[in-house]
Amino acid sequence: MNHAIRVLEYQLLSYRRTWRGGLFTTFLAPVMFLLAMGLGLGTFVDGSAGGGLGGVPYLVFLAPGLLASNAMQTAAGESMYPIMSGITWNRIYQAMTSTPIRPRDVVAGLALWLVVRLAIVSVVFVAVMLLFGATSIGPGVLMIPVAILTGLAFALPIVAFSVTQRTDAMFPVINRFIIVPLFIFSGTFFPLEQLPALLQPIAWVTPLANGVSLARGIAIGGLDPALAVWNLGVLVAYCAVGLAWASRTFHRRLVQ
Amino acid sequence: MSSPTSEPLVLARGLTKRFGAATAVDGIDFQVAAGEAFGFLGPNGAGKTTTMRMIGCVSPVTDGSLTVLGMDPRTDGPRIRARLGVVPQQDSLDTELTVEENLLIYGRYFDLSYRESRTRAKELLDFVQLTERAQDAVEPLSGGMKRRLVIARGLINQPDLLLLDEPTTGLDPQARHLLWDRLYRLKQQGVSLILTTHYMDEAEQLCDRLVVMDKARIVAEGSPRGLIDQYATREVLELRFRPEDQAAAEAQLGGLAERIERLPDRYLLYTTDGDAAAVEVHERGLRPDQVLVRRSTLEDVFLRLTGRTLIE
Repeated sequence: MNHAIRVLEYQLLSYRRTWRGGLFTTFLAPVMFLLAMGLGLGTFVDGSAGGGLGGVPYLVFLAPGLLASNAMQTAAGESMYPIMSGITWNRIYQAMTSTPIRPRDVVAGLALWLVVRLAIVSVVFVAVMLLFGATSIGPGVLMIPVAILTGLAFALPIVAFSVTQRTDAMFPVINRFIIVPLFIFSGTFFPLEQLPALLQPIAWVTPLANGVSLARGIAIGGLDPALAVWNLGVLVAYCAVGLAWASRTFHRRLVQ
Repeated sequence: MSSPTSEPLVLARGLTKRFGAATAVDGIDFQVAAGEAFGFLGPNGAGKTTTMRMIGCVSPVTDGSLTVLGMDPRTDGPRIRARLGVVPQQDSLDTELTVEENLLIYGRYFDLSYRESRTRAKELLDFVQLTERAQDAVEPLSGGMKRRLVIARGLINQPDLLLLDEPTTGLDPQARHLLWDRLYRLKQQGVSLILTTHYMDEAEQLCDRLVVMDKARIVAEGSPRGLIDQYATREVLELRFRPEDQAAAEAQLGGLAERIERLPDRYLLYTTDGDAAAVEVHERGLRPDQVLVRRSTLEDVFLRLTGRTLIE
């Protein structure tokens, strides 16, 4: 654990140098999305027959989905280029494992760092939600760990994959064929029930749909316990598999 | 920095490393004593780096035995690495951090307190003459400065043994000499060094003892001087002819030296008296384009042992 903390310390030191570059995606992107989709588009949705989605204002419906999606986007950003660059270009992981730190300590430290990083963006996002009246403080706070877990469910498997890569060729592919489609079709913008019946079972085993479902259940209330357990189970499973896989791939790349 | 002990710092018997069907290190034996500067000399692909990685406990031994600081890398990797300093072939610095931060965080990996790490970083930056660059980013530093920083980083845990993998490859002559000077000082302070190099002059300058590696095996072992005495003559006469004169000249070189090596662009005549041989060349009516008399070096030893030059 001590060694994992050292890796986290490195990540924080590095973040202190680079956080300004991420200001836009961390702070401005959520504001713009909530403004454009929640308030802009929401005016039309709420003005339609029935008013809102199932009686819920569109902004309230949308915001928890955007929170989970934002965690996914952050996770994707943190777990592709920085990892490959650390193992291939800067060789910082090789430098770490020349010390008492072991590859699995590196993975544990990275997981801790991802928790911190996802916590930062999620706290900011919830604060913006509160500002726009998209949620209240109680559910807002409860949604933060859900967002972190959703982010980890993406980050850990992608980290495991990225460390095996020698070029960045696959990263745009992951973005195009996993991140973007999930962003659009995971119930963030419209209820999953609107998806073709064939696609719905698929959606329910992807991390984002479960993260969105859980966050929205907390935000709107009336969380179905069975569904919540399923949501949590899927997210935790992705994290566990990702962690075990990453331990293997880091070891394989660093100890040859 | 190292404690006096009769036990060797590194002891390898039949040390072997295979990657699939390829054998990178093929049953080598060597040992390194405390306070010694020990070298692995050989061309690229000879197995030097793989051997260093096994000593550094980041590459599992396939066969044979290896003991580092009295411990087994298989089971005691982290404990061994805690007492090693590693200067890898590629710099592995974090270019987003400052010079000082690179040292600070590295000290933390060895569980030094921030305070202790900062104190040592200051001393080490002074030692490698980078104090003025402490607060600068790493990226604009020259190649030589980066290498010096990596050496400082390798010393932050006050290691019992410093591993340097091709410490001056790719540096200009001035930067190399500055680096050699620092390494020589470390040696004087009693730091044990193991280094790999394909530069003969580097091995001659820094190593008390070395092994010559070629094709995954050790082909000779000794002190730089001893190896030269054993495998080469005192002096070498280098002759370069115009291509059109070459064939005729070669026929007349016989008997001029103990041994003659033909390289693509010149002849090397191994003799105890280079000047006398040069006079003899003239007396035979040969008119080489260039004549050079020099002392034998480890390069000549390598040529003798393998029939090839080091850097092809």
